[in-house]
Amino acid sequence: MSAPIQLRPDETFLLNVGPQHPATHGVLRVKMQMDGEYIVKAETVLGYVHRMHEKMGENRTYAQYLPNLSRLDYLGALGYTHGHVLAIERAAGIEVPERAEYIRAITVELNRVASHLFWFGAFVMDLGGFSPLMYAIQDREHILDMLEAVTGARLTYCYYRFGGLYNDVDDDFIEAAKRFIPRMRKSLKKYDALVSGNIIFQKRLEGIAPVSAEMCRKYGATGPVARGSGINFDVRKNEPYSVYPEFDFDVPVYHECDSLARYKVRMDEMEQSLRIIEQGLEKLPDGPIMVEKKPKTIKLPVGDYYQAVETARGSFGIRIVSDGDKNAYRLKLRSPTYSNMHLFDEACEGMLIMDALAFMGSLDLVIPEIDR
Amino acid sequence: MSLTLLNVIVAVVIAIAFAAANAAYLVWAERRGAARIQRRPGPNINGPFGLLQPPLDGIKLMTKQLMIPGGADKILFMVAPVLAMAPAIMSFVTIPFSEGIAAHNMELGVLVIFAFASMGAMAILFAGWGSRNKYSVMASVRAVSQNVSYEIPMLITAITVVMTTGSMDLKMISMAQSGGFWHWNIFPSLQSPLMPISFIIFFICSLAETNRAPFDLGEAESELVAGFHTEYGSMGFGLFFMGEYANIVIGASLTTILFLGGWDCPFGMFPGVWWFLLKIYLLIATFIWIRWTFPRTTIYGLLNLSWKILIPISLFNLLLTAGLLKVF
Amino acid sequence: MGGYFSDIFYGSKSLLIGMSITFREFFKPTVTVQYPYQTLKMSARFRGHIELIADEDGKPKCVACGMCQRACPSGCISLESVSVDIEVDGKVKKKKVLSKYDLDFTKCSLCGQCVENCNFGALEFSKEYNLASTRKEDFHFNLLKRLEERNA
Repeated sequence: MSAPIQLRPDETFLLNVGPQHPATHGVLRVKMQMDGEYIVKAETVLGYVHRMHEKMGENRTYAQYLPNLSRLDYLGALGYTHGHVLAIERAAGIEVPERAEYIRAITVELNRVASHLFWFGAFVMDLGGFSPLMYAIQDREHILDMLEAVTGARLTYCYYRFGGLYNDVDDDFIEAAKRFIPRMRKSLKKYDALVSGNIIFQKRLEGIAPVSAEMCRKYGATGPVARGSGINFDVRKNEPYSVYPEFDFDVPVYHECDSLARYKVRMDEMEQSLRIIEQGLEKLPDGPIMVEKKPKTIKLPVGDYYQAVETARGSFGIRIVSDGDKNAYRLKLRSPTYSNMHLFDEACEGMLIMDALAFMGSLDLVIPEIDR
Repeated sequence: MSLTLLNVIVAVVIAIAFAAANAAYLVWAERRGAARIQRRPGPNINGPFGLLQPPLDGIKLMTKQLMIPGGADKILFMVAPVLAMAPAIMSFVTIPFSEGIAAHNMELGVLVIFAFASMGAMAILFAGWGSRNKYSVMASVRAVSQNVSYEIPMLITAITVVMTTGSMDLKMISMAQSGGFWHWNIFPSLQSPLMPISFIIFFICSLAETNRAPFDLGEAESELVAGFHTEYGSMGFGLFFMGEYANIVIGASLTTILFLGGWDCPFGMFPGVWWFLLKIYLLIATFIWIRWTFPRTTIYGLLNLSWKILIPISLFNLLLTAGLLKVF
Repeated sequence: MGGYFSDIFYGSKSLLIGMSITFREFFKPTVTVQYPYQTLKMSARFRGHIELIADEDGKPKCVACGMCQRACPSGCISLESVSVDIEVDGKVKKKKVLSKYDLDFTKCSLCGQCVENCNFGALEFSKEYNLASTRKEDFHFNLLKRLEERNA
C-alpha cells in the first residue's frame, strides 16, 4: 500500500495550508515545507481574491469610485473611504465644514473599535476559545446598529462624500454613542479577565513569533504590528490629518515584539478610540455637513496626490495621478496588510505550525485587502 | 448470586443502552450549554427544547455517503471508529451504579477500565495514519503523545486511592466511602492528607484522556481542519463522536467512584443510583463549562503540564501516602 | 522552587476567574433573534434596493433625464422614455414620459449615487432585506411595474 506522505530527500514534506482553511481568514494559500510539526520554509501565494480595484479606479469617476473603497477592507471600511475623500478634497481645494470633520472622526473611531472587536473574537477562536467570539460580536452589534441608523449600511458604508457627508447624525446617535462608551469599557474589563489574564492564553502567545523592529522596517510593516515591536509610528500623530490634532489620546507601544505585545497594542487602541469618541461627542459643533458649492463632477488638476490615513490595520495610502480628466489616470492603493503579511514568510521559519497560525492571527490579515 | 446467561445478556444490553443514550443526549446538553454560555438559544426547533435533535442528527449521519479516500488503508480506516467506541461501551459493564446495579463487577475493576482506556490511543493512531492526509497524521501523533503522557498521572492517583482503600474492586471502593461526605476520598484523611490535589490531578487527566478542550489538540478544529477525523463522514464520524462522549461518561463515573463516594448521599441518608447519576452529571457539566471557556494549550504546554507538574506531584503524593499508611 | 508553586497558584487562579465569568454569562438572557420566526424592523435610513416615488396622481416623479443612469458606477439602471403630446395652455407640447425603468440588482452596490444625483427626488431606498431566490431573473426589478402594483 502506498505511504500517505511523500518525503523529500531532506525528510520534509509539503503541506498546503490551502486557500480553504478555517485559520486563514480569507482565501490565502501558504505552502509550507514541514519537518514533522516544524516549519522549514513558508511561502504565501496571493491573488485568489484579486478584483482589479486599481483598474476600476481608472474607469470610473471619483464619485463613482466611492463604493469600491468599502469593499477593500470590509471590517474597517470607513477609514479607507476617509483616505480617498481627504486626498481628493486636498487636491481639489474643497474646504470641509467642521461638523462634518468631527462626525467623520467619530465614525472612523467607532469603526476601528468594531474592527478590533472582530479581530479579537476571531483571534481567540483560532486559538481554541470559542466563547469570546460571541461576546465580541455582541458588542460589535451595538456599533453596527448605531452606524446603520445613521448611514443605512452595516458593513460597506458609502457615507462620506467630497465636501462632507451624505446625511447628518441626529440626537439618537449621540445618545446611543454616549451610552455605548461605558458599556464597552465594562466589556473590555471582562475580556481582560477572561482572555488576557488567562494563563493558557499567555503561555500560548508569550515569546511566540518575535518580529524585530528591523524586520518591520525592512518589510514596511505599520500599524499594531510595528507598534508591538517598539516602533512608535501612528499616522494620526506623526502626519496628522483631518481634525485629529484636536484630540488628546495616546499611542500604545510595546517593546516585547511577540504576539502578546501585538495583542495588547490592539486592546489598548480600543480604549484610546473610546477616548477619542468621547472627546468628539463633547466637542461636536453645530453647522452644515456639506460644503455649499459642491462641483457636479470633480476634476482634479494635473498632478500626483498622496494621502495616508491610519486604519485598524496600519497606514493605508492612496495615490492619485490625475491628468485633468474626470477619471483618474492611475489610482494606487497602498494596503497595510500586504506589507504586514510578508513578515510571515520570514518570521515563521523554525516555528511549530500551531504557533505559526497564531502568529497569522495576530497579524490581523484581511485577504481582500491584500489582493485588492 | 449465580450468573445465568440471561442475567449477563440483560446487564450488557442495559449497559450498552445507557452508553448510547448518554452519548446521544450529552451532545444535546453540550450544545445547549455552550449556547447559553454564548448567550444564544442552541437547538430549539426540533422537538420541545430541541430534544429531538440527536435522533434526527443520527438519522442524517446514517443516510450520508460513507467515503473512503483513495489510497487510504481500508482496514485501518474502517477499524478506527469501531475501536474508538467499543472499549468505552465495554467499560460500562464493570461500573457499579449502585449497590445492586452492576452488570458484572470484577475484582480488578480499576485495572480493567484503564486497560480499555488505553485502547483509545490506538484508535486515534489508526484513524490518522489510515486517512492518507497530512493533517490527520500530524493531529493523531499529537493526540497519541498526549494520551500516553496523561495516562501516567491518572494511574498514579488511582493507585493512591487503591492503596488507601485496599482493593481494586470498584464496588468495595465505593462502599468504603459510605456514610456521608466526610468519609469520601476527596477529603484529606490521616493517611493521605493531599487527596484533594489528587482529585484535581485526576480530573485534569480525564479531560486530557478524552481529548476535551483545553487539551483537544487531536481535533484542533481551527488549525488542522478537523484533526484525526478529517476524512471521516457519515457514521465513521458519528462513532468517533459517540465514543468521545461515552469516554467522558466513563471518566466522570471513575472520578465519582474513586473520589466522590459513588452512590453515597452527602448526608448518609438515602444512598442510591440517583446520587451516582447526579454526581456524574455535575462533573460532566463542569467538563462542558471548561471546554467553552479556555483556549487550547500548545503541545509543549500540555506535555510540560503532565511531565513537569502532574507527575512529580502525584508521585510525591503516592510516596507520602505509602509512608503514612505504614506509620498509621 | 517558590516560582514553581506561585506559577501554579496564579495560573489556577486565572483559570477560576475565567470560569466565573462564563458562569455569570450562562444566566444572562439570549441576545439573538430567531429569524425567520421573528423579524427585525429596519431603521429609517436602511438601504434596500431603490424604488420610484409617485406624485399625487400616482405617476412617477421621474422625468427620464438619465442622471441616475450616468451616475451609477455599475451600470445597473436602464431607462427609456417616449415622447407624448400633451395639452398645455391650448398648445400641444411634447413631453418625455418614462416607459421603462429597470434595475439590475445583481450589480447594485447600494452606494446611493442615483438617489443623491436625482434632481427631482424621484428615487428612494426601500426597506426590503428579505430577498432570497434561486434564479438571477428574480433580481431584475421592473421598478415601473412595482410602482403600479403599489398604487393599485
